[in-house]
Amino acid sequence: MGTNYHHETFPWKHIVGFILSLVLTFAALWIAFSSGLATKAILVGIVVLAVLQAVLQLFMFMHVTESDSGKIQTINMAYSFFIAIVVVAGSIWTMAFVL
Amino acid sequence: MAEAAHHYDETMPLEYRTEESRLNILGFWIFLGAEVALFATLFATYLVLFQRTGHGPTAADLFEIKDVMIETLLLLTSSFTCGLAVFEMRRRRLTGLLVWLLVTLLLGAGFITFEVREFIHYVHEGATMQTSAFLSSFFVLVGTHGAHVSLGIGWMTLIIIQLLQRGFTPRTARKVFIVSLYWHFLDVVWIFIFTLVYLTGMVM
Repeated sequence: MGTNYHHETFPWKHIVGFILSLVLTFAALWIAFSSGLATKAILVGIVVLAVLQAVLQLFMFMHVTESDSGKIQTINMAYSFFIAIVVVAGSIWTMAFVL
Repeated sequence: MAEAAHHYDETMPLEYRTEESRLNILGFWIFLGAEVALFATLFATYLVLFQRTGHGPTAADLFEIKDVMIETLLLLTSSFTCGLAVFEMRRRRLTGLLVWLLVTLLLGAGFITFEVREFIHYVHEGATMQTSAFLSSFFVLVGTHGAHVSLGIGWMTLIIIQLLQRGFTPRTARKVFIVSLYWHFLDVVWIFIFTLVYLTGMVM
């Protein structure tokens, strides 16, 4: 078996992941309501924070890179996110001409 | 699989010990990829339509940040406790695993309770699925996520019962690991609902 499985005695990785998730959530809240930025800048900021938090969950909690098929799993998830971006951004862009 | 025993390795977590379990876990990752595509279509629909409010209320009229934050923190914490459950499983502590799974279930149930109350509140304010394109796509997107969480609660309950009956086996360990992947994934979807539906709706 290739990849290493961590046998720690204290769940540091989970605690750090949880604290970072909380920080990212409240940072998004602050950007949205207290930063005073322009709407476009707010949207870019909170989407970047959401993507960071999703990546954090995948690596810190879901161990996406672990096991023999870690590479396939990571490529599978990266590809699904690519499809998501194409579908969501593509729909918004196309419909911007219609509505 | 007949050859599964040859791959047996004491240093591996229990859930990866058989070929069948490893393929089950890989298969579940591929399913999660399909789920990402499913939610992407619902997000696309919502984001195209969310300013089409007709005569009904807008997102900014409707959403209340306090309720949204309570739901977000409940689900985020449940994702953390679900991670602790798998951590305890890998240390072969059945009690720890069961306790954290139970905490995860309670937090999930709390999330669903708040979400149902939120939906009921909206309907009482005259914001139903039939009111506008914004609300149709809102209820379909957020409701599909809520249905997933509800299914996850039932699924996790059944696995807790199996753990109580059978204890640690390569099979029960694999089932716990897969339901944990599902649960974390639901938190990932919620992060985007929180950002693209609630925060965006209140900002724009």
